[in-house]
Amino acid sequence: MRRELTLPIDEKTVREFRVGDILYLTGQLFTARDEAHLLMLEAHEKGEALPFDPSQMALFHCGPVVRKAGDGWEVIAAGPTTSIRMELFEDRFLEAFRPRIVIGKGGMGDRTQAALETVGAVYAHYTGGAGALAAGRVERVDTVHWLDELGMPEAAWIFNARGFGPLLVTMDSDGGNLYKQLEPTIAANMKAILARIER
Amino acid sequence: MDETKIRFALIEAMRIAATQLPDDVVAALRTARERETSPLGAAQLDAILENVDVAREGSIPMCQDTGIQTFFVEMGAGSPFLGQVKGWIDRAVVDATDAIPLRPNTVDPFSGANPGDNTGRFMPYINWEIIEGDEIRITVLPKGGGSENMSTVKMLPPGVGLKGIKKAVVEHVVSCQGKPCPPTIVGVGIGGGADIALKLGKKAVLREIGSAHPEPAVAAFERELLELINSSGVGPMGVGGETTSLAVHVEYAHRHPASLPLGILIQCWADRRARVWLSADGTIEVKR
Repeated sequence: MRRELTLPIDEKTVREFRVGDILYLTGQLFTARDEAHLLMLEAHEKGEALPFDPSQMALFHCGPVVRKAGDGWEVIAAGPTTSIRMELFEDRFLEAFRPRIVIGKGGMGDRTQAALETVGAVYAHYTGGAGALAAGRVERVDTVHWLDELGMPEAAWIFNARGFGPLLVTMDSDGGNLYKQLEPTIAANMKAILARIER
Repeated sequence: MDETKIRFALIEAMRIAATQLPDDVVAALRTARERETSPLGAAQLDAILENVDVAREGSIPMCQDTGIQTFFVEMGAGSPFLGQVKGWIDRAVVDATDAIPLRPNTVDPFSGANPGDNTGRFMPYINWEIIEGDEIRITVLPKGGGSENMSTVKMLPPGVGLKGIKKAVVEHVVSCQGKPCPPTIVGVGIGGGADIALKLGKKAVLREIGSAHPEPAVAAFERELLELINSSGVGPMGVGGETTSLAVHVEYAHRHPASLPLGILIQCWADRRARVWLSADGTIEVKR
């Protein structure tokens, strides 16, 4: 089902989301790729406070193209990056910071799936490469953290978005997983394909 | 010749590549949308096509990963500009990074430093080919990281034959699932050697979608591979559907009797490219 949401959302709400739901988000998203994940986890393990509250925002796997505009920033293109790279530490990240929605592309692995179930969160797929479309739904850049240390693609950008989507829930907090649901079909198709090649 | 003109033309080609998806790719995506029976897959294609329009209308990059700026130069042996092309390309990449803008994507593998202008050791990368005549043809291919990560080379035992190649290509493309941003363009390079097979695959990607290999047997092999891949059900962005790849392009070289190198080069749906032609008299043409 189609859900138009204003962030932040609570655990109870997100636990109602199911694979196949289409989300449109209004509110704050923060971007984090490999480096920002590592930096934030390190701060958390040292007991240091973060300059923003990730639990109130959606996590966006994204390395945007951003341009200086006056005192602030303008988003040029901001599509999702490949999420599976973050599988190494996403479970710890979810447990530490509790964002309710993880946005990326390509899906994630079993460890993240388990953390989504424990924490109460979903993984939502955004169309890969749709960077111009996504940028149009970011109303403004609220701020950026660790830009000097990490550089433009890896920094944590705080976006204020309106109607950010369509985001397809592909992994939910009830064990639902679109990629796993597709596996038997693809495996059966592969078997037929290989038989045709051997013929 | 006025050097600024050729540099502007190169910047324009990079801007066109980053912001305007070539017509043949758009047409292939539209056809895929019309054929799509999976609602989830169709929604992905709708988002891609809307994104392509937004990028073209606003002259903004269609994808935030504006890629590694890769150039293929066909260099006329009689061109008077032989020694200058590399310098033009290097400077144009720096200027284009700021002007379009492009994401700074070149990172030093040892220090992790990013110079911020898409240059660096061997970057931008230029593939040179000497051709007859006095014309220079430059093609820019901004290659994204997500799809490049899914490219691979396999050194097959020659005994597996063409069947073995088919099997390896289909198994690899299907195992990539949604990661290279399908529907993809698959460049298959066969023969030569490990490096040559990959380079042939990358060159094959440059061909227009809908064009067939000039040799009928190779063209038939391309069609069969495409049909096999699209029987997998991986679909747009790996969410399930009819179209996993828009095209399979094959290029080959003769091989060593003991080797069957197979390069599989994956290009995302954002199959961005543009060309600059430079005549000996200094006439410049920028082509989509």
